[in-house]
Formats: sequence, C-alpha cells, structure tokens
Amino acid sequence: MSKEHNSIFAAIDRPTVIIYLLLLIVGWFNIYSASYDYSPGFFLDFEAHRTATMQLIWIGVGLVTALCITLIDSSYYSQLAYIIYGCIILLLIATIFIAPDTKGSHSWLYIGPVAIQPAEFGKFATSLAVAKMLSEEGFKLNNFRSYLRVGLLILLPIGIIVLQQETGSALVYFSFILVLYRRGLPGLIPVLGAAAILLFILVIKYSGIPFLESNDGELGVMISMFIVFLISLGLLIGYRKDIRLALIMLVSYVGIVGLIIAIDRLFVALPLNTLFTATTAIAAVFLVVWGIATRRSSYAWIGLFIVSGIAFCLFANYFFEHILQNYQQMRIKVAFGMEDDPRGVGYNVNQSKIAIGSGGLLGKGFLHGTQTKLKYVPEQATDFIFCTIGEEYGFVGCLTIIVLYAALLMRLITLAERQHQMFAQVYGYCVVGIILFHLIVNIGMVLGLTPVIGIPLPFLSYGGSSMLSFTLLIWIFLRLNANEQSSYSAKG
Amino acid sequence: MSIDKYQNRVWPIRIVILLVAIVLVAQLFNLQIVHDYQEAAENISFYRKTLYAPRGLIYDRNGELLVYNQQAFDVMITESEVRKADHEGHPIDTLALCQLLSITKEEFITRMNDIKDKSKNVGYSALVPQRLITQLSPTDYASLQEMLYKFPGITTQSRTLREYNSHHAAHTLGYIGEVPPEIVNENPYYHPGDYIGISGLEKQYEEVLRGHNGIEILLRDKHGRIQGSYDNGQHDHAPVPGKDLTLSIDIELQAFGEMLMANKVGSIVAIEPKTGEVLALVSKPDYDPSLLVGRQKAHNYNTLINDPHKPLLNRAIMTKYPPGSTFKTANALVFQKEGIITASTAYPCSHGYHVGNFHLGCHGHASPLDLANSIANSCNAYYCYALRAMLDNKKYENIHESFEVWKRDIVQLGFGYRLGIDLPNENRGFIPNADYYDKIYGKNRWRSLSVVSIAIGQGEVDATPLQLANLASIIANRGYYYKPHLVKAIGNGHIDTAYTKRHDIGIPQEYFAPVVQGMQWAVNGGGTGSTARVAQLDSITICGKTGTAENPHGANHSWFICFAPKDDPQIAICVLVENAGYGATWSAPIANLMVEKYIKREISEARQPRVESISKAVILPPVKQTTKK
Repeated sequence: MSKEHNSIFAAIDRPTVIIYLLLLIVGWFNIYSASYDYSPGFFLDFEAHRTATMQLIWIGVGLVTALCITLIDSSYYSQLAYIIYGCIILLLIATIFIAPDTKGSHSWLYIGPVAIQPAEFGKFATSLAVAKMLSEEGFKLNNFRSYLRVGLLILLPIGIIVLQQETGSALVYFSFILVLYRRGLPGLIPVLGAAAILLFILVIKYSGIPFLESNDGELGVMISMFIVFLISLGLLIGYRKDIRLALIMLVSYVGIVGLIIAIDRLFVALPLNTLFTATTAIAAVFLVVWGIATRRSSYAWIGLFIVSGIAFCLFANYFFEHILQNYQQMRIKVAFGMEDDPRGVGYNVNQSKIAIGSGGLLGKGFLHGTQTKLKYVPEQATDFIFCTIGEEYGFVGCLTIIVLYAALLMRLITLAERQHQMFAQVYGYCVVGIILFHLIVNIGMVLGLTPVIGIPLPFLSYGGSSMLSFTLLIWIFLRLNANEQSSYSAKG
Repeated sequence: MSIDKYQNRVWPIRIVILLVAIVLVAQLFNLQIVHDYQEAAENISFYRKTLYAPRGLIYDRNGELLVYNQQAFDVMITESEVRKADHEGHPIDTLALCQLLSITKEEFITRMNDIKDKSKNVGYSALVPQRLITQLSPTDYASLQEMLYKFPGITTQSRTLREYNSHHAAHTLGYIGEVPPEIVNENPYYHPGDYIGISGLEKQYEEVLRGHNGIEILLRDKHGRIQGSYDNGQHDHAPVPGKDLTLSIDIELQAFGEMLMANKVGSIVAIEPKTGEVLALVSKPDYDPSLLVGRQKAHNYNTLINDPHKPLLNRAIMTKYPPGSTFKTANALVFQKEGIITASTAYPCSHGYHVGNFHLGCHGHASPLDLANSIANSCNAYYCYALRAMLDNKKYENIHESFEVWKRDIVQLGFGYRLGIDLPNENRGFIPNADYYDKIYGKNRWRSLSVVSIAIGQGEVDATPLQLANLASIIANRGYYYKPHLVKAIGNGHIDTAYTKRHDIGIPQEYFAPVVQGMQWAVNGGGTGSTARVAQLDSITICGKTGTAENPHGANHSWFICFAPKDDPQIAICVLVENAGYGATWSAPIANLMVEKYIKREISEARQPRVESISKAVILPPVKQTTKK
C-alpha cells in the first residue's frame, strides 16, 4: 500500500509542482505586501495581518487538498464526473436564492466566518463533465447532436452564473472552446469568434466617428463592412480556390464604393452608411444567386456569411447601446481607449497602470511600493495583485511571473498530449484553457488591455475559493497524469 | 485510444499561448520601461510638506533686537477634498466659512478663481493645499480652529511674519512680501505664496535671512489621509534657520535723527570713518515698517505709494542732488594733488568771480584767501580760479585731458559710481566727463569757463547724501575709506570682504591738513571767517562744511557735511534738508546734535530747546499737483 503511494508521489509531475509552489509563495509575499500598512503598530497588530494570515491558511487548505487528491484513486473522477457536475449545478442554482446580496451579485455563500463562491468550483466540475462527455466511446464533434450536448453542458453553468450577476466568472466558461478546438471543433469557429470580437471592437470603437467629414457615413460602418467583405473573399479563396471571382468581386466592390464616395465628395451628399451596407449586401446576393445558378452550395453559404456579418454589425451596435448596462459600456469604452475617465471607471485602470509603470525595470522592492500600499489600486490583494508585483519587482519581476505561467501552460499541454486516456487529455486541455483565460483577462485588465472584469489571477490572488478551485483543477490533472505514468511504467 | 487526427492542433494552441505572453510582456515593457510613471506615482501619493525655515532676526550694533518673527496662519484649501465632501453629500458651508474668515462671498469666489488660474498660480493642483487666505489674525485663527472639523479640505498653515520692536529705520530694514510670479518661474526654491525680501536689507540679504526651507515627504492614501513618512523620512530635510543680522546702525542715533528730521524732506547719513559702518541712515519722510506687515499691507502700501512726498523712496542712497559748496572740499584735495595749488595759494574775491560777461557771485569776506580760509569762508571765486587754473594748465595737452584727470580724481573720492552699500537700488550720482561736454557743446567747442560751476558743486555734478557722507569720512580718515555698509555681522560669521577692504584714494595725507583746518574754522571760527558757527560744540571739535545747492525746482537744498572729533574722528555725517535754504540754517545744527548724541550719548540740558525747535520745524516743499486728464 505505502509502496503504491510512494510510486504515485514519485509520478506527480515535478516541474508543474515546482511552478505551482513557486506561485503560491510569490502570491503570499505579495498579498502580505499588498495588505501592509504604514501605520506604526502594524507589525504587532494581528488584525492588520489578517489577509496575509488568512492566505497562509488557504495555502494550507490547498496543500492538504492536493495531498488528498494525490491519495485518492483517480478513477473516481471519471466515474463521478457527471455526479460532481450535477451537485455543483444544484449548488449554483441554490446559491442564486440563498446567497445574500454582495455588491449586487448573489454568488457568495457564508458558512460561519468563511465565504465561498460556488462559481469557482463550477470550473473543475464542468471540466470533469466535458472530459467525461468528450471521452465517451464514439463521441465525435461532427454532428449537431454532439454540439448540442456539449454546448448545453457548458452553457448551463454560464446561464446560472449570469443569473447570479457574476458575468466575469461566467465568461471564463468560454475558455472550453480551446479544448473543443483540440478535439475537432472546426478551426473556422474560433477564427470567426475572434473575427466577431474584432468586428465588435471596430463597430463600437469607430461608431459615431464620421468618415471623411461626411455628414452621413461612419468610419465604424465603413471598416466593418469592408472587413466582412474581405473575410468572404478569404473564404472564397480558401474553400473554392476561386481567385478569379475573388479578384473580380474586389475590383467591382472597390469601384462601386469609390464611385459612391466620389459622387458624395464632388456632387451631392449621399446616405453613405446605407449605400455601403447595400453594396456589401449586393455582393452577398450575387454569391447566393451564383451558387444556386452553378449548383455549388458553398458560394451560397459564403453569401449567407456576408448577410450574417452585416446582421452582426447592426446587432453589435444595438447590443452595445441597448443591452449592455451603463457601467459595462463604460468599462468597454475605457479598455478600448474611447473614454479617458481617470476619475470614474478609468480610475482603477489608470492607478493600476501608474502603479505598475512606476515599478520601472527592477521595482521599488518588497514593502516599498507606494501606490499599492496607499490603496490607490483597488482590490490589491485579489484581482489587482499583479500591480503589487509590478510596482515592487518591476519589469523583471513581471516577466518572471509571465514566464512561469507560460511554462506552466506549456508543461500542461505536454502532459495532456502524453495521456493515453482521452478523459485525462481533455481534462488537461480544460485546465489549460481556464488558466489561459484567467491570465488574459486578469493581467490584460491590470495592464489596461482588456475591460475591467473581476476574475482572480490563478494561485496569486487572495482568496480561499480560488485557491481551492485552482488547486482542484490542476491537482486532479496531476493525479490523472501520475496514474498514467505509474500504470504505464508498471506495464512497461 | 484511436488515432488522433487533430494531433497537429497542439501547435496553434501553443502559439496562441506564446502570443498572449508576448503581448502581455510588450505592454509591460511599454508601461515600465518606455513610459515614465515614476513622477505620476509620486505626484499622486507624495505630499511634500514644506517645513518653513524661520527668518533670521535683525539686531542693531548694540545688540538691540529690531526685527523678529511672529506666528500667523494661512488658511489652505484642498479642492479635491472639498469636491469629495460635496460628492459624499455633506458639502462645506461656504457662507459660514466666509464669516469665520471675515470675507465676503464675492471675495471668496474671486480668490477661488485666482487659485485655479494657472497664469496667476503656477503650481496649481487640486490635490495640494492652496492658500485661500493669508495671515489670519490670532483671534480669527482661534475661532476657525474650533470649527475646522466642519470644513473638510480646509486646513491651516503656520507661517512667520515680521514683527518690529522699533518703528525706525524702515528704509534700511525693508520689508518682505509674497514672492512675485516671475521669480517663482525662474527660481524653483520659491513657491507661490512664499515670502521674499522685497526691499532694503530684507531683499539684499534674502538668501542669508531666509535660511533654507525643509521638506517632509509624507505618503497620502487614496482618501488623502497621511499614512506616514516616505522611506522612513530618509528623503526629508530639516529646515535650516536663517542667519541673524547685526547691523552697524545705532538705533538710538537713528531714532534721534528721524526725530530731528520730522516734517522735513531729506536725509542724514552717519558713518564711522574707521570702519565704514553706517551708524544712521535717515530718509524723510518715512514710514513705520510695521505698516507693511499683515493683512492691511496692501492698503497701507497703496497709501504710501500715492503719497506725493514719496515716503517709500530712500533719499539717502537713491536720490542725487547737486552737492553745492560741500564739493569744494573734494576740489581742494584734487587741485592740491595735481599740483595746481598749495595750502598757501591765495585767490582774490570781489563779491564773486567775474570774467568778461561772466559773473558768479560770492558773499562778502576778506580777500584774498588762502586754501584753508577759502573753505572756512566757502569762497566761490577761489574755486573758480583754481578749477580754471587746472583745466587750462599747460602741462595738459588740452582741456579734454585735464578734465579727464579731474574726473578721475573726483571718482577716486567715491563720486560718479555706486559706492556699493549693501542696499538695493543705490543711485550712482553723476560726474560728467569730457565727452559729455563734447556732446553738449560740440567737440572742442567748450572752455574751462563753460564748466566752471562744477568748481562749487553746481552745474552738472550730482551726488547722493551717502556719497557726501563718504567724502566726510575720507577727510576724517585723511585719505582712505571703507565701503559704507549696514551689516556688521552675519550670524556669527564675517561680512563680505568687500566691506573690510581699505580703499586708499591716492591723495597724500598732508593735503588734508588745510581742508581739515578750513572745516574746523568753518564751525569753530579762528580763521578769517566761518560759515557754520551754529554747528559748534563746546567740548568736541567738529570740522564741517556747509553747502547750499541751487535747485531749479524750488528753494535751495541745505547741505552740511562734518566729522568729529577733529583728531581720531568717530563719526562722519552728511545732512541734507531739501528746500531749506542755507546749509547753515538747518543742516548744520542737525549734524551738530547728531554728533553730540553719538559721542556723548545724550544732549545737554541747555541744548534741549534746540532739539525741540528743530524737530518741530516743518519744512515741506509744496506738493506738485499731478493733474490727471
């Protein structure tokens, strides 16, 4: 028995564990520093050390959890995946009703002095369920039924968490696209997804900016229409290898648009927005008709793509103006540099950039950061913990942290690729996707690249729920991997 | 596990991770290396608190404290705090604040606009306390302090103001005021609202008196609360107090001089010849220095600047006058030095100097007179003869050359240039050169007779009372002087060596004997005549010379220069009373009393009525009405 345990311990991937422990240690010191106070009695005051002490407890809880996971037989995860998922879903639903109002969201449960956020545990539960489904015998991402099943599996927690008013945590579940892509989701989907985000940014960012001083013609409409058109030409070349038609269409499109602009500039003012959209729509109609006439359905599909592109652009504007809340609009505008709002929403981002920027190359040193200590940066122990690193350890410190994370992700991919069990491989990619998403959104936010979305930085941010959630995520995978190693080395 | 046909997709995934890392690092590089956020961070979190250095005190030569510091309070406003209170729903009651500060709401609004105007208030920041009201009186401060908790964003800042123990020597002491914007722009030491010496010694010795303000860097959190000192105060500097000045002024003598000159326009300059220390520097009319302190300062300043008698003007050093007959002593020294005359050279005088159509009058006295008697009698003709003898002397190539020699010698005696007293805005007086006359008359178109009036201190020559006091000092020393100066010691240290360097004027001592003799006779009799018997003092031999300067604008200016005692002189004095007629009438008796006061420390009983009558005399020139259209 103990020999078996020994071999399991030996099979736990060492590089991952080292990075995991390093991040926990770095995290604790920065949380200590972030909660450090200039008041003279600080060193004697337990209450002042509360955050750092609590984090020490959370690290302990995390390590004990890791130990337990190591000792528990890994075959349970595959067997219990749906049950765990179901329980967590029920907990998430219950949370909506029993959680008190915390700054407008109903996502925190209070058990005595401890607050937990069930949405954090939805990540590993959903990962287990997705791994279970994708590793089913004969499950292939090539039919509608499969997409529907896996889609529902992922969208269910998203829907519940949105109902909890925790949009930030809900967005994390889109990171499952990564594992779906790895398991056969057409590459076009993430590309189109990225294109949609790009279009959305362009439409929002340049809406209302007049094109060439014209009275009716917005830069946002112009650019987005042209991009939709260009993508359709790309599809035409990519799928039909029809370079000739693509060239003819490009020349005629540019010609018509140029003519419209020329008339508008030289003679009479034209409704440019409408005419650009119409020109693009004509291209779509042409492709659909051409497809039907030549009996090649893919032309028609590309035509329909243009139509949906136009619809998306129109919808994006509507979505931004009418569906998003004011504060969400502001966060997006600040992130896209449309609004300079250093007193309002932009305040946090601005202070965060100043704190990190003032760190310079080598930083101000442990406990010597001023901006973070003096509470200019909000949520400095949780969502904005990266600021403390930036201010006190400078560019070198930040670079080290990002290299650590990149190394961790690369290592996890390497391990996932080694798996012979589909369940373990899929689960590994789920972990990679979730951690990557957190990095992009959290570090992007503190650096002013992405909108302010409050999600923690894995292993570094203060908090029991996120500590436990990420430990579960990564350690279950390490255990699955260890099992694989030991069973194969036993066989070999 | 079946063959994985999507195995290659691991690469796009790895590339995406790499790209994410690169983008994040690039943005970090941009923020931390390319941009400089250091200053932005410091501006936000550092509160640089100025620790004001106490200004140096000023003592008179006997250790009498003249100027010291008094605490006053400025009311500061931090706009960001005020706005925050506004947002939080408990705005400050501006009206109540105005009442506490005893200002009107309109004044408050104007002041706030001035504060926010970057052209008037260069370093404006809403985060930093700005001066709302300066120099709150102690009573207003007390009532404000009690209510301060009601006004978030309002704080007080302790400052030191000047306080005066004596109400004399205003021109010498000068005053301090808020630093003007142009100085704030060019000198980073000063911040708007700081004080700086504006005139007098306060200006001259600004850097000595002010010391060096200290700084304390405090850390201020998001809510503006002070969280402690930055880096354990390692970057703080304690203020360096200003150094004290010990003046050469004898405040008792100064006060006595001011009393004698009451209701007159003019100056008294008294110098200790052996050192060049100025014992008294009276300029009348003057003002009480305490008028230019405190919140009434602007009002008082306006009154003073509009006074037609110009009380802010320090006539002793800033106004030049024709020196009149006092200048004869200088000429007597120059003519002897250049070998034109000797002590025994005599010239005739028949009620003046007459050449052809040229007539320059003189009063009745014996004739001819030798040099000493020419001074004792103040003979005009003597100096006309002697000057022409010099200018037309054959040993010089032409009048151009001889005039330049004369001018050089006169300048050696301290005329025509600033003496360099330690006060700002000294006037240099005026001594013409040959080129000057070339311009007036045309080259070689002027003769010695054209300029003869300079022989008796009229015409083109002008001098300040300080320069004539310095001349008296040179004669008292028989040939040298020290630059007149007002500061005897700076802290425990020495003064500028420029003031301790002896200036020899290059005239041999023996040439002073007839001049001193003449000045002695002028006051005490003994020669063939005397012009200043009123200046005689029984126990002390005063040597003096009167002057009556013609003044195109009105009655003659009354001059008197003297030194005493004759041997081992302790004081040299110049008195000028504008529009007071003959030098002997007013200036000589004033100088005489000054000598007695300084040497004997008090005025004898018998002469008290004289003190009274002089100090009560009113000799104010008629005020020219400046007509405004």
